Amino acid sequence: MTAKYKKMIAAAGALVVSGAALAEQAAPQFNLQPPQSPIAHAIYDLHTLIMWIILGIFVLVFGMMAIAIVKHRKSVGHKAEQFHENTTVEIIWTIVPFIILIGMAYPATKTIVAMKDTSNPDITIKATGYQWKWGYEYLQEGVSFYANLATPRDQIDGHNVDARNKNEHYLLEVDNAVVVPVGKKVRIITTANDVIHAWWVPALGVKQDAIPGFVRDTWFRADRVGTYRGQCAELCGKDHGFMPIVVEVVEPEKYAQWVAGQKKTATAAAAAVDPAKQWTMEELRTQGEKVYSANCVACHQATGMGLPGTFPALSGSKIATGDKAAHMDIVMNGKSGTAMAPFKTQLNDVDIAAVITYERNAWSNKTGEMVTPADVKAARK
Amino acid sequence: MEAAHPVQDHGQGHGHGDHSDHGDHAHHPTGFMRWVTTTNHKDIGTLYLWFSFIMFLTGGFMALVIRAELFSPGLQIVDPDFFNQMTTMHGLIMVFGAIMPAFVGFANWQIPMMIGAPDMAFARLNNWSFWLLPFAASLLVLSFFMPGGAPGVGWTLYSPLTVQMGIGMDLTIFAVHLLGMSSILGSINIITTILNLRAPGMTLMRMPLFVWTWLITAYLLVAAMPVLAGAVTMTLTDRHFGTTFFNAAGGGDPVLYQHIFWFFGHPEVYIIALPAFGVVSQVIPAFSRKPLFGYASMVYATSAIAILSFIVWAHHMYTVGMPVTGQLFFMYATTLIAVPTGVKVFNWVATMWKGSLTFETPMLFAIGFLFLFTMGGFTGLVLSLVPIDIQLHDTYYVVAHFHYVMVAGALFSAFAGVYFWLPKWTGRMYDETLGKWHFWLTMIFFNMIFFVQHFLGLAGMPRRIPDYPLMFETWNKISSIGAFGFGLTQLLFLYIVLKCIRHGEKAPQKPWEGADSLEWTHLPTPAPYHTFETQPILK
Repeated sequence: MTAKYKKMIAAAGALVVSGAALAEQAAPQFNLQPPQSPIAHAIYDLHTLIMWIILGIFVLVFGMMAIAIVKHRKSVGHKAEQFHENTTVEIIWTIVPFIILIGMAYPATKTIVAMKDTSNPDITIKATGYQWKWGYEYLQEGVSFYANLATPRDQIDGHNVDARNKNEHYLLEVDNAVVVPVGKKVRIITTANDVIHAWWVPALGVKQDAIPGFVRDTWFRADRVGTYRGQCAELCGKDHGFMPIVVEVVEPEKYAQWVAGQKKTATAAAAAVDPAKQWTMEELRTQGEKVYSANCVACHQATGMGLPGTFPALSGSKIATGDKAAHMDIVMNGKSGTAMAPFKTQLNDVDIAAVITYERNAWSNKTGEMVTPADVKAARK
Repeated sequence: MEAAHPVQDHGQGHGHGDHSDHGDHAHHPTGFMRWVTTTNHKDIGTLYLWFSFIMFLTGGFMALVIRAELFSPGLQIVDPDFFNQMTTMHGLIMVFGAIMPAFVGFANWQIPMMIGAPDMAFARLNNWSFWLLPFAASLLVLSFFMPGGAPGVGWTLYSPLTVQMGIGMDLTIFAVHLLGMSSILGSINIITTILNLRAPGMTLMRMPLFVWTWLITAYLLVAAMPVLAGAVTMTLTDRHFGTTFFNAAGGGDPVLYQHIFWFFGHPEVYIIALPAFGVVSQVIPAFSRKPLFGYASMVYATSAIAILSFIVWAHHMYTVGMPVTGQLFFMYATTLIAVPTGVKVFNWVATMWKGSLTFETPMLFAIGFLFLFTMGGFTGLVLSLVPIDIQLHDTYYVVAHFHYVMVAGALFSAFAGVYFWLPKWTGRMYDETLGKWHFWLTMIFFNMIFFVQHFLGLAGMPRRIPDYPLMFETWNKISSIGAFGFGLTQLLFLYIVLKCIRHGEKAPQKPWEGADSLEWTHLPTPAPYHTFETQPILK
């Protein structure tokens, strides 16, 4: 059986390789993406094998049907026979499919066991789904960052349908890609902050739901240096289609450099935040606008008007023009039962102070009030 | 609509059959009140069928909104929020509003006539089962006009996304409750009718297969619908009363919702498919002029599918992170379903083998069903294997797969059933040429929409996204064009049915040479308002 499988897979493989070469040139694809990890290869081969089995059954069943349709029709004078039972035939077509199924289940089982083996990883990365971005944390290296969609909004909205006006990797590009070394076992731990998301990179053969309050894991080992792209696979609300995943696979030395660079940037950023710094209103508003367009704009909109009935307006709202403490509370702790996340875990004191200050003085809001990083720090306690 | 219905002019129907003291049964209100108060299985069947057709057009319109937005990359027509509302309502309306009521309509019309019963066992309950539906449908439609609109969570209503929705979510939950009640009451009625009202001599193993598949389906409904009611009720209390069934912060688990939902959801697939199998099992032998091959094995296979449907639910959840033993169990159980399903397909082909085939519209749709449903079965086989499913889960491959099963399975067989029984119901023949046009256009456009979606899924396009990367553009364009063609073609169907009712040629008692169940052999055409008031005795 095994030798037969190998032969079939080899034959299928030859076809597939020539098919894949074509698919890479022609725009519309007919098959799975070219696999780039051992698991993705196993999935690809299993799929090819099943397609051959299906082709066999297809020819057999529909061949019989076609013969009946052509030859056993009344218009060519065929008289109906009246047989309607044959126990032997019934037993044969119960047993034979059963045997075929066992033949399919065997390679599938082997792959499942391999997929579930997340032990002894070289690198462990925690991926957290947020509405609507991914947060990453390299657990041993101490590197962490968020990955937002990098496609400009004006390429998405409006009546701009011409593909030439869109980036090559439209909707599949992020500001901060996940960087991993080639040939190493990477374990991805998934969880979510709000609703269920799913972390999916087709070429690496990885898809794992990210479930709020629970931790799940999966793994991959990339064969080759390159950039692999995927998308969130579980409906997670309005911008479900706009939270891609990009994995950059690099040489191990380059990976080490990247980790060092990330750490340096993080230290520099931390150092740049002078806790004693006195922020002016103007500085906070400028900084706040940036934070707003990265974190808040998807729901509350650039106009501050939200989306009526779904996402509340901030312009003229009671919270953004009323008590400062209540405003800080909702930004920092979120609102349960809504898409409003607790941002105290995602943003630092300066950014929270800045965005609140911005919101209280943007659009029709003219409170003239500002919230300082020190206020936020005090509120954290 | 009611004015057009021929059952009204049943002049000869009055006296027919009821040569005893039952004549007063025929005195019933006319006009609108006739339909509100009716307890006649034929009237109620008609109500179910028209209701389901209206829902079919409504859900179809939503599908066209989806396909119009997906014609090109970028957001052109609707915003992502509304897009999600469309996918959700399209699914709910098609499953609960269109497909299920359509087959209950067939059950109402056909089961009493096929087993030689005067009516359904619980005639008033039957009226109530139907009249719950318009209220449920109104709630669903009303949710669009609530603040925040209809829920945009997908027809599966996964928690905790449902907690974020507006009041439209609550209306949807109550709608699901009503739909569930309607189904359960209808099922109890069907079970009781089949088990108690069969004519003398109509033993269980002599029943037409359509009646058998409905008996088994009714049991599935009674078992599965309360589970769905539980799931949505827990969602309701999580939303409003501080429970945390599906919230980890309070000791609950979002995945629990999925387990409960799919414990209903998988039997639901067969609730939709089994009556379709039943219709096809009537049509294929009739146009092959040959008895159904392997009747007993068909009954056993149907039962086997029904039982297996309760132990495979988690194959919808391979990516939630189950233990390896869980994945293996559900994979093995799922692949097993291919065995009885295969038996059915082989039996249908064997029925055609060495028959004397003709290809009137019902037979065309039945063969279309057989071909496309088997294709859906093939992709089901692909998806049953965990490693491949993990790659294809929540992609357009799954969308293609279940539309091959639902549209090609249920809808094609419903069309086959309508064309097959329309002469018996209305007393008139439909236009055969137009019927054939309807079949071929439906067949071509259906494949144009959904065959290419397999490629989209394989290449990595997630489902339920309002905008997509550029590499998916070609297939999406083809799919969208197909969708509009498919939608327009169904207006042709409406025209054919109306034309048949108004101007069709008079139909003989048995227009189909090979048909052999009681409604053809024992009843005149059109079937009188009351039939089998004295039960036939079968030898």
